[in-house]
Formats: sequence, structure tokens, C-alpha cells
Amino acid sequence: MEHSLLLNACVYLAAAVIAVPLSKRLGMGAVLGYLVAGILIGPFGFKLIAEAEDALHFAEFGVVLLLFLIGLELEPSRLWALRRPIFGWGGAQVGLVAAVLFGAALLAGVGWKLALIAGLGLSLSSTAIALASLEERNLMPTPAGQASFSILLFQDIAAIPMIAIVPLLGIPESAGGGENAWLAVLKVVVVLAGLIVGGRFLIRPLLRFIAKTDAREIFTAFALLLVIAISLLMQSVGVSMALGAFMAGVLLADSEYRHALETDLEPFKGLLLGLFFIAVGMSVDFGVFLARPGVVLGLVAGFLVLKTGVLYGLSRAFGMARGQHLQFALILSQGGEFAFVVFGAAATARVFSPDVASTLVVVVALSMVVTPLMLMAFDKLAANRQGARKDAKPDAIEPNEDHVIIAGFGRFGQIVGRFLNASGVSLTVLDHDPDQVDVLRRFGFKVFYGDATRADLMHSAGAAKARALVVAIDDIEDSLALVDTVRRDYPSLTIFARARNVTHYYQLMDRGVTMIERETFESALKLGRSVLTAGLGQSAFRTRQAADKFRKYGTQNMLAVYPYYKDRDTYVSMAKRARDELETMIARDRKAVDEETGQDWD
Amino acid sequence: MTAPNILILYAHPAPQRSPVNRRLAEAARAMPGVDLRDLYELYPDFDIDAEGERALLEAAHLVVLLHPIRWYGMPSMLKEWMDVVLRPGWAYGDGECALRGKSCWLVASTGSPAEAYGPEGIHGHPFDAFLLPIRQIAALCGMDWLAPLVLHGSVDAGEAAIEAHVHEFRRRLAGYAGDARLVEAAHGA
Repeated sequence: MEHSLLLNACVYLAAAVIAVPLSKRLGMGAVLGYLVAGILIGPFGFKLIAEAEDALHFAEFGVVLLLFLIGLELEPSRLWALRRPIFGWGGAQVGLVAAVLFGAALLAGVGWKLALIAGLGLSLSSTAIALASLEERNLMPTPAGQASFSILLFQDIAAIPMIAIVPLLGIPESAGGGENAWLAVLKVVVVLAGLIVGGRFLIRPLLRFIAKTDAREIFTAFALLLVIAISLLMQSVGVSMALGAFMAGVLLADSEYRHALETDLEPFKGLLLGLFFIAVGMSVDFGVFLARPGVVLGLVAGFLVLKTGVLYGLSRAFGMARGQHLQFALILSQGGEFAFVVFGAAATARVFSPDVASTLVVVVALSMVVTPLMLMAFDKLAANRQGARKDAKPDAIEPNEDHVIIAGFGRFGQIVGRFLNASGVSLTVLDHDPDQVDVLRRFGFKVFYGDATRADLMHSAGAAKARALVVAIDDIEDSLALVDTVRRDYPSLTIFARARNVTHYYQLMDRGVTMIERETFESALKLGRSVLTAGLGQSAFRTRQAADKFRKYGTQNMLAVYPYYKDRDTYVSMAKRARDELETMIARDRKAVDEETGQDWD
Repeated sequence: MTAPNILILYAHPAPQRSPVNRRLAEAARAMPGVDLRDLYELYPDFDIDAEGERALLEAAHLVVLLHPIRWYGMPSMLKEWMDVVLRPGWAYGDGECALRGKSCWLVASTGSPAEAYGPEGIHGHPFDAFLLPIRQIAALCGMDWLAPLVLHGSVDAGEAAIEAHVHEFRRRLAGYAGDARLVEAAHGA
């Protein structure tokens, strides 16, 4: 096949485009749609793709990106605050589930080595499926979501020693594991230290430099390069790629490019995760399944019952909301990506026979397919119960962020921002000039680098929870594009806009913006007042009154011309008329002042 | 003596249309020891520098309120000035009472003739009745209330009457300046 790459891409994309919307339409969620698409195009479906293995390896990078993006959301201080759930709950989950599965396997008469590795491998859950399910249901901020996340993070850490000890249980191939272990630890420490130092003194300046070139795709390319390079580096010292990417994300979490990185990598993450789910679907070996359907189904059922049971028990100990126990247990019930690796290692070390390994891999893959189905059933059940009780109240209360977003922090936005900041308003500032961002950050402003006109950046900036949006961008087209996006996505968010000129003012009015200020009007009028008073010695208060009148009539005029501005011919004449009118009015103002009797103020 | 010790708070929103107060202001401006604060000129946006005004008040011995009477009281600027400058704890109350012992002199003008004030006039009350708030402001701040200098009927006042009024104003002002200088000398000794 000459164009196998493009052809494969075509098959994957077509499968996803057809299966996912259908699946969502049927209320089954995106994850299940991907899995089914994978089964359909895989070796046991229409056989459109032969090499499921390769796709799985490639698509695992989606999980890596996912972890990197999660890391970006977690500043080191927040991660530190999570240390108890991660190590306490995570340790409890992995330990207990592995112990129960190990015991059950021993009781079933399985050899202890096999039972131990199977128990450990199956105790791990699928980060991709669990997190995707959480996000699909908006559960990330809930206690169940946080607990799941902490546990998944611990599993990523726990997978490393697991993969390391599996060969020790097998037939010894090489001697001298002891000194190698020390060397390995040392390598990890050195690489981590390098990452921390490099992250601060190398990656950030580099990001700034690249951002300044203003070539969007190069920034995206660098973001991808960064994640891939760090992942490969971590893998080379024996740390999982996902964990390495996660740590890199945490290191960049307080960087001003966080939002930009998120925005640029998000689509890749989504697509690769989709590909990952498709690959999992393809790798379900129905040959093994059909050979011994009873055994496989029995194993899947037994495994899921035991794991879900232990998780359910743990969830009570973690003090979760009552309605969330079962949901939490189901979300983490499946076997994970690491199980494939652990079982693969076990097969290589000849602890597992190929038969056992492939059976267990099928069990894991099937458990991944079952998870979305069970969650769907749970949702249905919960919805029914919710419907039965009429007093249903929304429980997942999101953290309230009463902030004001300022898009564009140049000479205009800065003044608005400084004033609001001085008035104690919490601000999120977006700007696309790296130099600007850097300087402002040094003065303690919370400024993020990014192109505010992008819908997803507005989303990451927290537009949904903003009290107001100040559009202070200097480019008229960008300003209007941003207003369009925000009116569409956040219709209730009040927009305060800077107008560069009268036409821009009208264009903002077209879009329903009511709070508009012409950027130079007030300062020009103020300077005019200074000329009259300090320059020509006119009375200050009288000049102020004249300026107030001038502003009032000028604005009235501008609004009067608004209905005609689109029609170019009329506009020209109307504008001229407005100018004439203004002149007349100024003259009238002066007359009014001059003609007033001297009798009302003595 | 170095610093002016008579502080005139001059409040007229439209001095270009003033037949009386503008001339009083011009007369006062020319005198030594007098600091005339043209409030509408200084603060066209009503953003009064309270701190600076308080410092000037502290240095003064006599505070003159120079303004036309409008709606039975002072122009809005002077009211704003009082609102922001005469802070509790500084001007009155438990604090330093910075104005205690200083004198307050009202120099005002009305458009209506004197007869308009009284039970039979359109204003229904004697003119003094309308001075109650400002007199109490001075009393609360511990200031001595000097006999006001008021020109009624400024609308129809002829040049001679206005000239006489200005002359009287200048004469009394000069007298107070002399008093103040004497007080200053006594303190300095």
C-alpha cells in the first residue's frame, strides 16, 4: 500500500466522525463511540486496519498529552496539597485491589507469581477512560473526580516499580540487577533536577523567544516538541512517558504561556485520545475470546465485581457524597493501559505463557469497553431517581471566580486594568505581546499570553465565571471577532469595549455592545479644556460645562448618524451633516453662554 | 508676617455674569495677607484637594465665605468643599478641632431686595433665619461668628450702591488683617 499512512488516517477519521456523533446521539458518550469504531474497523470487524498494535503505541501519546495538560492545571503548590489523597488513597486503592485480586486468584488455584502480577496489573485503571468519562460528565471538580484523579496519578507512579519487578519474578536473564537499580534511581533524580532547572531557565525564555516571532504554528510545533522530547527523555531513564509529561506540565503550570500551551495542544490531545480508544477497540482479540468465551467473560465479570466492590468500600472511607460512591467505583473499575505493558513484560520474562497474557489483555480491553456502558447505565439510573425526586438540586457547585477579563493589555487596557486592580477587582488579563506580558508579570499582574480571539482561550481564561469582559484590543478586526465569539458562547457576559473610531463604535453597536468608549475622545476633550483654561485663561468651570455639552451633543450626533452608516453614500452626506450640525451647535452653545442674562447669579 | 492669614473661600459658578461678587473678589485679591481661593476655578470637576485645603485653613486666622446666595444657601461647590474638607475629628468632634478660635465671616449677596425677606415677603422669613445652618457649622467648629456683610437687591443695585458695598468690604477686610497681624505679633513674642 503506497499511501498507507494517509489511507489509515482516512479510515480512523471516518470511523471517528461516523461513530462518535452517533454514539453521543444515542446517549452513550464519545469514549464508547471510539471503542466501537475501533472494533468495527479492526481485525475482527471490517479488517480495514491491520496493525492495531502500532496504532496503540502511537496513540498512547494521547495519554501523554492528557497528563501534560493536567499537569499544566496543577501548580506545584496545589500538587503538594494533594499529596495525601495521591499517596494515601492511591496507595490504599492499588494495595487493596491488588491484594484482593491476588487472594482470589490464589483461591482459584493460580500460581502465586501469576496471581501477583495479574493482581498488580489489574489494580491499575485506565487514565484515558477514567479522565475522559469524568470530563464528559463535568465531574472533575467534585470530590469523586478529585479522588479519581489522585488515584490515577498514584497509579502512574506505581506502574514504574511494577514494570521493574516483573522481570525479577521471571527467568533471570542478566545478573547484577542491584547496582543497576541504584544507577536507575540516580538517573531519574538527575533528569528530574535537569527538568526543574531547565524548565525555569531554558524552556521559559525559549517559549518567550518563539512567541515573539509571532509564528503561530511554530509555537504549536514547539509545544509538541517539548512534550515529546520530555516524554522520551523520561522514558529513557525508566519513568513512564505519561508521568514525565505530567511533571513537565506541573513545572510550566505557573508560566504565562500556560493558556497558550493548553489551547494549542488541546486538539492534538483530543484526536490522539480518540485514536487511543479506537486502538483499544481494535486490539480486543476476539480470537481468544471466541476460543474460550465462558472463561473470558467469567474473568471479566469476576474482575469487575471484585475491583468495583473494593473501590466502593474505599469510597465510603474517603468521605465522598453519598450519590457518588458507585459512580466513583465504576469510573476506576476497568483495567488500564499499564496492564498491557505489565502483562507484556511478564510474557517477555516468561512468567506468563503467551496464552495467559493474551487472555488477560482481552479481559482488560473488554473491561475498558464495559466501563462506558456501565457508566451509561448508572447515569440512566441516577437520572430516573433524580426525576422521581422533584426536589433535585444541582450538587456540583463550581468554584466561583468573580473576575473581570481584560483582553488586550496595551496602552488602553493597562489603564483600565490598573484602575480595576487598584479597586480590588480580581483580573484575568490576556495579551498577545510577549514583552508586554513579561513586564507586567514582573509587576505582579496576572497576565497570560495568548490570542484572545480564540474561543478556547476565552474558555480557559474562565469566561464562564467572569463578571465582565473588557475588550481593549487595538486591532479592530480582532476586537470584533472576539465580541462575536463572546456574544455567541457567553451571551450573558457583559462586554465593555474600546472603540478605535466612530465606525468601530457602530460595528460594536451592531453586535449589541452598549458599553463603548471612544479611545481618544475623553483625553482629547480634556486637553482641549486645558488649552482653554491654562492656555487662554478661560474660566475653568465654564470650560468644563462647555466640554460636557460638547460631549453630550457630539454623542447624540454620532448616535443619530448610526442608522445610516452602512449605506456608504448616505453616510458620507450624513457625516457631513453631522459635522455641520456640530458646528452649529457649538456656535449655539457659545451664543447661549453669551446671551444669558447676568441676573440669575449675583 | 509671612503667610497670608485671611483665607477667602470664593464660590461663584458663573463669575462672568456676576455684577457684585466678582468685584469683591478682585478687590480682595489685591490685598496683602489675603489668600483668595476661587473654588470653581480651582476645582471645575469638584475633585477638591481636601488635604491641601485643610493645611490652608490651619494657617489662617480668619475664614471668609464669599458667594451669592442661591436657593437660600451657598453654591453647591462650597457645600461640596465643606463635605470633604470639614472632616469629623479634624474640624469638630473628639479630635483636634483645628478651626477652634478662628473667625468666620460671611460676605454674601442676594438678588431679591431686603423687603423680600420677612413674613410679608416672597421668602417668608427674615434673612437671618436662612443663615442658621452656616452659623451652626461655625459654632460646631468652635469658630467666632462675625457680623455678615450682605448686599440685598443686587439685581437693581446701582453702581453707587455696589461701589459702596465693595468699599465697606475692603475696609472691614483691612481691619481684620490688622487684627490678625496683631494677634500674630502677640503670639510671636
